[in-house]
Amino acid sequence: MIAEAGLIALWIAASFAALQTVLGFAGLRAPAPPRLLGGISLIQAVATLAAFAALLLLFARTDLSVRLVAAESASTLPLLYRVAGAWGNHEGSMLLWVTILAVSGAAVALFERRLAAATLAATIGAQGLIALGFFGFLLFASNPFARLDPAAPAGLGFNPLLQDPGLAFHPPTLYVGYVGLSVAFSFAVGALLARDVGPAFARAMRPWVLGAWTFLTLGITAGSYWAYYELGWGGWWFWDPTENASLMPWLAATALLHSVTVLATRDGLRAWTVMLAVVAFSMSMVGTFLVRSGILTSVHAFALDPRRGGVILLLLAFYVGGALALFATRIATVQAGAQFRPVSREGALVANNLLLSALLGVVLIGTLYPLAAEALTGEKLSVGPPYFNATAGPLALLLVATMAAGPLMRWRREEARALARRLVVPGLVLAAALLASFWAAPDLSILPRLGLTLAAGLAVASVAPLAGRRLRRTPLFTWGMVLAHLGCAVSLAGMASESGFSAETLAAARPGETLHVGPFAVRFDAVDPVAGPNWTAVRATLAATRGGAGAALRLAPEQRTFDTPPRQTSESAIATLWDGQLYTVLGERVPDGRWQVRLWWKPFVTLIWAGGALIALGGVLALIGRARPRRRPAPEREGFAPWR
Amino acid sequence: MKAKNQRLALALAALAALGGATLLAMSALRDQASYFYSPSDALRDHVVPGRVVRLGGVVKPGSLTHAANGVEIGFRVTDGAAEVAVRYAGIVPDLFRPGSGVIAEGRFTAPGQFRADTILAKHDERYRPPEPARGMHKSDSLS
Repeated sequence: MIAEAGLIALWIAASFAALQTVLGFAGLRAPAPPRLLGGISLIQAVATLAAFAALLLLFARTDLSVRLVAAESASTLPLLYRVAGAWGNHEGSMLLWVTILAVSGAAVALFERRLAAATLAATIGAQGLIALGFFGFLLFASNPFARLDPAAPAGLGFNPLLQDPGLAFHPPTLYVGYVGLSVAFSFAVGALLARDVGPAFARAMRPWVLGAWTFLTLGITAGSYWAYYELGWGGWWFWDPTENASLMPWLAATALLHSVTVLATRDGLRAWTVMLAVVAFSMSMVGTFLVRSGILTSVHAFALDPRRGGVILLLLAFYVGGALALFATRIATVQAGAQFRPVSREGALVANNLLLSALLGVVLIGTLYPLAAEALTGEKLSVGPPYFNATAGPLALLLVATMAAGPLMRWRREEARALARRLVVPGLVLAAALLASFWAAPDLSILPRLGLTLAAGLAVASVAPLAGRRLRRTPLFTWGMVLAHLGCAVSLAGMASESGFSAETLAAARPGETLHVGPFAVRFDAVDPVAGPNWTAVRATLAATRGGAGAALRLAPEQRTFDTPPRQTSESAIATLWDGQLYTVLGERVPDGRWQVRLWWKPFVTLIWAGGALIALGGVLALIGRARPRRRPAPEREGFAPWR
Repeated sequence: MKAKNQRLALALAALAALGGATLLAMSALRDQASYFYSPSDALRDHVVPGRVVRLGGVVKPGSLTHAANGVEIGFRVTDGAAEVAVRYAGIVPDLFRPGSGVIAEGRFTAPGQFRADTILAKHDERYRPPEPARGMHKSDSLS
């Protein structure tokens, strides 16, 4: 009965989404009472939550009479993965998507007070229309509650690679980000329909963009760390299309975050901001399409059904095409915003936006090109890291430069000479870092050297806006900006250090032998069989000492064998030290009885994810700063002089 | 500058940025994209030794050998019509096994001899690589 109840709840939610769409758009002429719209969206959210709860319950109980549960789970799984399995598949993840969408739609309808009534009504209507498309998709193309008759005797199991706490929580994080962008999109559609593109609209949209961007940042950071430790390959970014699917909305959201600030505080970049809101949501739809359509053959693209991909593509074309048509017909009615000089904070933010757009462009081309080539000519090809490094690398370096200089500029106009004076200290640090790198590591190759040097300059430039300020009275969103930019410097330093200084040893060893990697001596002690809840494994015991002295670090990499589905995974063992990570993988048993062992010493690799966390923390601080009611005018509107 | 002119300038700058991105992407695609070659394609087209390419196919059952040092392996990649001998030093991915689909990234050292830097095997139990299944890879036609 639970499955039927879930399905009924889904139908109720869908009908209320339809009602919300009609009443919302009708509200452009005569706004319905806000309470009515709020109530409708609340019922929709509660019904969707009920449907999702039903699915969780079915998975927790492993109800094998439900097709999805039988295909994607097994009763032998630990409870965490039985529950996480609910969204570790196509249908369940789409239901989670629409649940988050319905809940945030209700949050907009109930709590948004800054928008004009007609704009708010149209925004809620747009939100209902997006939800309606996804409800239709779930009900007609991928019903998560479909029964299996007769019930399966046993479940097929859950992809062992996804059986990891990191991956249990990583998709919901990304979805919150995607859905946050859908809210920004609805705001843009609402503002276009109500002819209300201006600072008030931007200030209402900004917290959603900030929130979405923060969650995307966290999701990408977590996904990168998951790939790093779970896949046992020692890398942290592969330019896999599924990774790109989350990177592209992030790039668009980063651009939107900066342009919405210009619109909110200086009333500039009106049309551009609306356009970016459309693009950002399009990118999260493209991401959903790429990951969910089965068009990709990727590490975690686990839905393989071209028909569903077609439906998502239709939805994508409908929403994005509709929004672009609306944009094209309405944009002439949007008044041009305030003026500024090229050398100014606005100018730097425009440069940031153009660079981010270009970066988005090359990632999008690289991701879609193989698909387009196959569709047009039938040729199968792949675009890999060399392409992305060659295109994204130079753009990212330019972006670092604007990121360093932008926050040191005043709004509206800046004297070139004054700016140069403020850039003296970061410039000196950059030069010193370059010299120090030649002294400390003369053999370093060019990119890591450049990365480390720029990271040092950017770090100093990032904290420069705090200089001469009373720190207690510095607004939280300024702290947020400083931390986020500092986080970029920290990540960049980690990436450069990892690629410049990593040491690797690959060997076949017998118990008792000692291997060496970087400053470590690693003794290979034993290989033992172990058993887990739904797997068996061979586990190696390693003892690592640094410079041959001190207490030994114990590491135990494993080779796990799962039964349902039959699959082997290797579980790396990682020792985290203050200055890096020792990363160990157990390989195969060689016919002569030795075991393959792979060891990496990765100095300061943790900075990559620490930087990501710092960026997200910056987003949270800015969000809190924006959410708090203001008692005095925001200092940034008074024109802000960073170095005094 | 008038408001209208500034908006025009911004639009032009945006177009220039996207155009530049496209040009950058196209030139990099021509130089850097590594394409799948099937063994048949690779042997027919005489891939230049030393150029980084990807070789896709199926690991020929019974062809796996281990070198004396314990870390280097050799195997043959086949597409049903032709075969290439691949050497690789390292730990193979979890899904790597005889008869399974594989993509090896690396370079030819001589015709029919491939040295892999990276081995990719697909990470989904329901996945059948469409390329080897179809038995044909087309190679690069851009350059």
